[in-house]
Amino acid sequence: MYEFNYRKVDSVAAAVEAMQQAEDGKFVAGGQTMLPTMKHRLASPSDLIDLGGVAELTGISVENENLIVGAMTTHAAVAASAEVQQAIPALARLAGNIGDPAVRNRGTLGGSIANHDPAADYPAAVIALGATVQTSKRAIPAEEFFTGMFETALKDDEIVTSVSFPLPEAAAYMKFENPASRYAIVGVFVAKTGGEVRVGVTGATACAHRGFRLEAALGGELDAGGIDAVELPVEQMNSDIHASAEYRAHLVKVMTKRAVEACQ
Amino acid sequence: MSTVSMTVNGEAVCGEVESRTLLVQFLRENLGLTGTHVGCDTSQCGACVIHVNGKSVKSCTMLAIQADGADVTTIEGLANEAGLHPMQQAFMDNHGLQCGFCTPGMVMSALDIVNRNGHELDESTVRKELEGNICRCTGYHNIVKAVQAGAKAMGGS
Repeated sequence: MYEFNYRKVDSVAAAVEAMQQAEDGKFVAGGQTMLPTMKHRLASPSDLIDLGGVAELTGISVENENLIVGAMTTHAAVAASAEVQQAIPALARLAGNIGDPAVRNRGTLGGSIANHDPAADYPAAVIALGATVQTSKRAIPAEEFFTGMFETALKDDEIVTSVSFPLPEAAAYMKFENPASRYAIVGVFVAKTGGEVRVGVTGATACAHRGFRLEAALGGELDAGGIDAVELPVEQMNSDIHASAEYRAHLVKVMTKRAVEACQ
Repeated sequence: MSTVSMTVNGEAVCGEVESRTLLVQFLRENLGLTGTHVGCDTSQCGACVIHVNGKSVKSCTMLAIQADGADVTTIEGLANEAGLHPMQQAFMDNHGLQCGFCTPGMVMSALDIVNRNGHELDESTVRKELEGNICRCTGYHNIVKAVQAGAKAMGGS
């Protein structure tokens, strides 16, 4: 890892200011991706601005039929939260299956979605639940947030402050995981909210996305009968040593069916 | 260079570190606490697991400077004059190690499992909770038995 300036801040405003002063700064949340990336010299920021001391970024609450999770809330805290387990149990289970216990004690919701690893779990939930990403500048709808592999709508000096999840009538997440990394080879989150059924897919393609073809086959119902007949664009699927594009396309449908069944 | 100070195994310590100094490097190289191991550079193996403010973390994936002011426990902090910690003793009694490289991380993760799940642990819970610790010798069977026995012994002590 190359040396950098470490900046510890205690407020969102101070973090933004530190970033604007930095030559080539990066925010660090839980650091569970950032630090390995820096160790491998795949990133070498001039300044690392640590959000770990920003108290206003942590916390879980339910307000006006929305579950609001602060960006620096750890996966362990989301998984163990009675409020999350009550409001959106599928989200608590998802958080409890990210990485491993030690990673969950450091990794955060905001860090996960800002990094947007194409195999991360949270993006599927953010998309399927129709969440809104609140940042230091604005509110971004889930569908506009994830723009490409490791890319989001965030500006360089913009910080995710919280994510607001409308409470669904039913929701479930099914992940076919890599047994070594626990990342999703394919993960599918299905949610029925306000009479509409949405499908969020991660791991399958370069970018977490809504499964519009799958949603069309479901037709607003939690009935997976039409999923087998869906034709997915195999040429857009990721293909690597873990799974071929054809296998991933198959897994998307299998995970969708399992998630729909788990919603019932 | 920055000065960091923290409590490690009940003792106040301080040292000079670069921003990029990992917590595990600080423990091993500044403090000479070499019981915490480094087995990979991808945060997957768990040989470096310690407790920071009572929670398990991978000390290779945290900066020393981020632990400024923290309460840290490493494998060296478990045994006392009376003997091994019950979890260490259980690993010995159940032959829960062969080469021993992964064992400090296994024991520290095991204690975190007990903290969150209590003293009566079923096999599937232990196996799931140990996902972040890799052992290349044992095949895990005796590690799982050791964690269960250690958890029980801690409840009785």
